[in-house]
Amino acid sequence: MPTTPPYPGARAPDRRRDVDAAGLRIAVWEWGDAAAPPLLLAHGGFDFARTFEVFAPLLADGGWRVVSWDQRGHGDSEHAALYNWDADARDALAVLDTIGRDPIPFVGHSKGGSVLMHLADACPHRVSRLVNIDGLPSRQRAPDVAEHERSKLLASELAGWLDHRRQAAGKERKPAATLDELARRRGRMNPRLSIEWLRHLAAIGARRDPDGFRWKLDPTMRFGGFGPWRPEWALQRLPAIAVPMLGFLASVSEPMGWDTTEEILAPHRPANAVFHTVPDTGHFLHIERPREIAEPVLRFLAS
Amino acid sequence: MTSPIELRHAKVTLALHPLREPRAAGARPLLLLHGRGERTLARHAGAAEAWPGAILGLDFTGHGASTLPRGGGYTAEILMADADAALAHLGPATLLGRGLGAYVALLLAGARPERVRGAILCDGPGLAGGGPRPTTPSIPWPAERLDGGAPDPFALVDLARDVRPPDYATSFARQASQLSGLERPLSVCSLERPDWLRAVLDEPGVADTTLAEALAHYGNGLR
Repeated sequence: MPTTPPYPGARAPDRRRDVDAAGLRIAVWEWGDAAAPPLLLAHGGFDFARTFEVFAPLLADGGWRVVSWDQRGHGDSEHAALYNWDADARDALAVLDTIGRDPIPFVGHSKGGSVLMHLADACPHRVSRLVNIDGLPSRQRAPDVAEHERSKLLASELAGWLDHRRQAAGKERKPAATLDELARRRGRMNPRLSIEWLRHLAAIGARRDPDGFRWKLDPTMRFGGFGPWRPEWALQRLPAIAVPMLGFLASVSEPMGWDTTEEILAPHRPANAVFHTVPDTGHFLHIERPREIAEPVLRFLAS
Repeated sequence: MTSPIELRHAKVTLALHPLREPRAAGARPLLLLHGRGERTLARHAGAAEAWPGAILGLDFTGHGASTLPRGGGYTAEILMADADAALAHLGPATLLGRGLGAYVALLLAGARPERVRGAILCDGPGLAGGGPRPTTPSIPWPAERLDGGAPDPFALVDLARDVRPPDYATSFARQASQLSGLERPLSVCSLERPDWLRAVLDEPGVADTTLAEALAHYGNGLR
């Protein structure tokens, strides 16, 4: 691998280990003193644990043992044959089980925040506090289209997904000739993140194959999709969260963002929850503003 | 049973079992989709004896002679893609699904309306799925040992929980009736009628009938 270009404030994890999650190998990464109180930190979809290389050290320096993991199919974890919500929650619980039985804080970004919220609801005895970084549920948008038109839309979505599954065997992600090219490609999904950060991400998140550089992501995973799940179901569960909760929301819409607003959350806000909308910030709040997020998180965890 | 045909679906190898030769030249094949925790059995073909074309049965991922993946993560949609891999091999076919396989047959009839030439929905394990809406969140864990072979204990827990909202099911039924060109893309022959299936029965192009009638309907002259 090429040497990692120095990115200001980025710090590689202090420890790396593997966890066996029902026969699947999950890569676990830790920052901070191994004897410090632990917290669980979850990354978002199409990310990996080391995308926390600036944010996690700030929490570690605040006195925490930060434990994160690469979700199945992401980063250095094994690529699975199957992916679903329950499997991600089981993997998270497998990692949590290696930390201990006492309740600890959960911190998650995007899909990671959503998975940890589900875990907090399913296992309230394992969580002490909850921090959600732009992974709070939104409302289903019902596009105002005629039934027949919607049928055609759904039809092309379904056929497209099935065609993708038909080609999934032996499929590889498109290689990039250079890390820089891979970084610029990622920039299309992360338009607000600096090229320096994206290069850093490529350097720590790509693997070098004979024909070029690729993200370590399982090529069978793809954006979007369909299924029976409704975002409003997650909203309806929000009031069940009994532990103190701190939520951050982006204010600028982005391709990978969730577009959740305080207004959407208001009718479902648990008594113990505080939500902040961060001005002039996109979906990757902890990357755009690591200190502005880490400081209130540390205060919240200490309160 | 003759030895199964091996099909690839991403990291999984699926077993497609030929159960009976065609009786009439040029007749369309019938693809059997088993229920939750089942596998393809010759006796399932016996129930469709009258079918003029070839009869085959697919073992879903984690069932029968197909791959048992590690770590679970099953959805009805992935099983739909399993069944689509069989369609890719067979060409246009009529589907006969039991239980969970009936729900998968509905999904595929909506997703591949030009290739599914009628879907017959019958009783079997897993017809209700996880109900119309989610219940209390929990982290499901298998009741059986994980090294005991097929069916995968993770398939049993994951596929008992897949939520089946009635309006999700009807969107597939509508697509089948709008895009298949068939007057009657779906036939329901089950005694059990979970919420999703009752909603589907109210849609146009869905018949409430017997297995014998449905087999005759799709087997006669429909090429």
